[in-house]
Amino acid sequence: MPLSLAFLAVGAALLSGLLPLVRPGSNAVARRIAFPLLGISGVLGMVAGGMALGSAEPSRIVLPVGLPWLHSHLQLDPLAGFFLAVVSLVTLVAAIYGPAYVREYEQGPQPLLPLTLFTGLFVAGMQLVLLAADAFSFMIAWELMSVTSYFLVAYQHQHEVNRRAAFIYLLMAQVGGLFILLGYGVLSGFGHGFDFAHMAAATLSPGWSSVAFLLAFVGFGMKAGLVPLHVWLPQAHPVAPSHVSALMSGVMLKVAVYGFIRFSYDLLGGIHWQWGALVLFVGSASAILGVLYALMQHDLKRLLAYHSVENIGIIYMGLGLSMIFAGTGHPALAALGLIAALYHCLNHALFKSLLFFGAGVVLQQSREHDLEKMGGLIRRLPVTATCFLVGCISISALPPFNGFVSEWLTFQTALQGPVLENNILGALIPVAAAVLALTGALAAACFVKVFGICFLGLPRSEKSAAATETTAGPLAGQIVLAALCLLFGVLPTWTVGQLEHIARLFFPGGMPETTAHGWLWLTPVSSQVASYGAPLVLLGIGLAWVLAWLWMHPRRRRFPVRRVPAWDCGFGSLNARMQYTATAFTMPIRRIFRPVWPITESYRTPTAEEQGGRYQLKIGDWAWLKVYEPIGRLLLATARRMAMIQGGNIRAYLAYSFFTLIVLLLVVSL
Amino acid sequence: MKGWLLALVQTGLLAFGAPFLAGWVKWIKCRLQSRQGPPPWQPYRDLLRLFGKEAVVAETASPIFRVAPYVVFSVTALACSVVPMVAIGLPTAAIADVIVLVGFFALGRFFLALAGMDVGTPFGGMGSSREMTIASLAEPAMLLGVFTLAMTVRSTNLASMIGYLIEQPFQLYPSFVFAAMGLVLVAVAETGRIPVDNPATHLELTMVHEAMILEYSGRHLALMEWGAMLKLMIYSVLLCNLFLPWGVAVDFAPLSLLIGLGAITLKLLLLGTALAVAETGLAKMRLFRVPQYLGLAFILCLLGMLSHVILEVN
Repeated sequence: MPLSLAFLAVGAALLSGLLPLVRPGSNAVARRIAFPLLGISGVLGMVAGGMALGSAEPSRIVLPVGLPWLHSHLQLDPLAGFFLAVVSLVTLVAAIYGPAYVREYEQGPQPLLPLTLFTGLFVAGMQLVLLAADAFSFMIAWELMSVTSYFLVAYQHQHEVNRRAAFIYLLMAQVGGLFILLGYGVLSGFGHGFDFAHMAAATLSPGWSSVAFLLAFVGFGMKAGLVPLHVWLPQAHPVAPSHVSALMSGVMLKVAVYGFIRFSYDLLGGIHWQWGALVLFVGSASAILGVLYALMQHDLKRLLAYHSVENIGIIYMGLGLSMIFAGTGHPALAALGLIAALYHCLNHALFKSLLFFGAGVVLQQSREHDLEKMGGLIRRLPVTATCFLVGCISISALPPFNGFVSEWLTFQTALQGPVLENNILGALIPVAAAVLALTGALAAACFVKVFGICFLGLPRSEKSAAATETTAGPLAGQIVLAALCLLFGVLPTWTVGQLEHIARLFFPGGMPETTAHGWLWLTPVSSQVASYGAPLVLLGIGLAWVLAWLWMHPRRRRFPVRRVPAWDCGFGSLNARMQYTATAFTMPIRRIFRPVWPITESYRTPTAEEQGGRYQLKIGDWAWLKVYEPIGRLLLATARRMAMIQGGNIRAYLAYSFFTLIVLLLVVSL
Repeated sequence: MKGWLLALVQTGLLAFGAPFLAGWVKWIKCRLQSRQGPPPWQPYRDLLRLFGKEAVVAETASPIFRVAPYVVFSVTALACSVVPMVAIGLPTAAIADVIVLVGFFALGRFFLALAGMDVGTPFGGMGSSREMTIASLAEPAMLLGVFTLAMTVRSTNLASMIGYLIEQPFQLYPSFVFAAMGLVLVAVAETGRIPVDNPATHLELTMVHEAMILEYSGRHLALMEWGAMLKLMIYSVLLCNLFLPWGVAVDFAPLSLLIGLGAITLKLLLLGTALAVAETGLAKMRLFRVPQYLGLAFILCLLGMLSHVILEVN
């Protein structure tokens, strides 16, 4: 039953892409057909995923399509069901948000059709990845997802940056796909079959299983955007249309996380703690570097893309902790870490989509990409600003919103480090927790900057002063997500109870204590160790607020608020140039963490004629300078050397073939 | 029921005792500097006067500006309810552990910083930028210090932590000494005292907290000021009760509650005196010295944790 619903969801997504092809000329037809069908796909997928999450028995089916000796295996178990529900939820909200948003593209040079076509196929690809139960259909679906999203990134291909970003994205997606394929190759070699059941039954030596793990870690990590494989992400996400950015950043990265969990927990099994240590290390590095790079960005969507690197890092920290505990024989704690990671997947999907939606509205209404030219938008876009604020609070991991809960669970998992026999590990894990704390605090600083510069203060440009609130559809999408951010923050016990179905797949005992104290209290290890009563926190804040308000109320009557011009120190009226800029706001942090970025800073003092000096600040990414550019140079140099044998002489080519043949024959005969 | 009532009383004690602590520190400081000084209850008068004044709000301010004082105050007040001051074992202690407590402060700070940027004056942005920078360095140090204690006690729940320490025979753990030193440094930074911030001046070079609330007046300012005093109170109570837990009531008998109240009052007055002495002797640091100061706090907390792992785990 859940599986057939999931098929319907995939079918609806495919239809939403393909059906507008009947009237290729009409933008309005494309918009009116594609988005409702996408919404239907989202609803069906959520129902299917929710049902699968609760059901103990996974539903399976074998379809007689695919390679002649390999039929397509599909299945839906709680793990896939959870991710299907997350993907479909964001799809549904994107379908609510999209129609009004893409209207603007109808005036652009491109027709709408490619956008709707590839969005539909992209969603179908993501859903199929989650349903696939053999390596062949997995890779087909994976490539469908990668290639269609390439076209989405390249949608506005008249811009040079879009073409470049799309190319880099495609390149890295293909390299990552290759690694995944090799990982499956190792597994299927030992398991004698391409379907997941055979692979899971394979017995590997520790060496080979580590090889398979590393291949999968790199492959899926490339898609997920772990440092230093993240460089495509801040290029590709900002240039896509905003509802596509939300899908890519909010859920496509989660599909990569799903692949990694499926590969290492389910198919590979027998987790070694050393893998966990590696994952924890890379996750911590991604989290801290992601947020530090995000802090220096002033392009709103690129900043959000770097925050995806950060949040993926936090998810991998949870997974790393879970793998360490799994490898050292603490299944309950391993389950806790896994649940923290999954919870953060859900939360990130919600608040990152919310933020991208908000950013989309801001960009469209203020016609500015650069934070330095925004300002004062809260008075122009009150609803969007409120929803965006909810997103900012959630992503900064502040109670009582959802981002806090998953980070809190990660902290609690990390604090159980002392149960480990290994002292070094026991000491390193709390340091990872401190890194997580630093990440959270820096994220809060970053979002104070974003919200403060973008929405508060005075407008810094005429365009942003002229912005107006958007229409009902985009607002509804944002409001839904903002409400969900609060809901999943206040009802963590229920959510964790649902996620426990997944943890039980791999760690049969589950976490007996976590939800044992009713829906009010979340107690990850036991009520003695730690507890968090999220509903009571909300109630307490509300109560204190009401008390303060009642205390104030008579005074409010007697002395109503008087509005006056702000005090300007006697220098004439306040203007936008007096405000702190985003660059100035992050200057202390830039100075403190200086070695983290390649910074070129230049200042030219004004000459007598000039009005002012010229200050230039360029902030790069070390990953480009230290990893990719050397690789690129090496490749080019090698290619140039190789070109020497390419003389254009047919006799030389025949000689190459002849010698190659001889060598091959020698190899075969040995 | 009795527990909830006690929790309410304790929250009230914290909330209404906070101005006295702030006044006490100021009074001692004045005496040390050979000035007469306002009496310790002066902050109550100030708050009352501010509450009675009209609120003036800049024309350019958005609703965030008017919401922020309520958020800051209510979050800090909620934080008061989870801190064990007189007694442990109160039902409110289970609402939030120490990580959530740090989260409460972070939420309050988030709105405080936003309010600073709201009006669009340069001072506000400057204060917000500095506050968030300092906080982003202080928070990891604080959590690391707290984790050191939590790993010894095997709990992040404040009441369980204090309860465990009371039950144990007195023992000087090296990890606690390091963590205590680190946390004191963090507490000074987080509550905006000298040498990190100077609560008594309005100079461009020194302001952090004051720069953010510069535009506030009347009841809004009163809520903000009270919130800051509450924060000082909470950090002081935490330091006192975590590192010198003696006297905290473990049951709800009237006598032990009375002893608990007396003990915490004494500890707070001593701590306030120590703070005043330190503030008199030290000078305010440059902003870019603060990272080194907080780095020291972080290193101390890290040393505490390492010494716990190396020396104390058996």
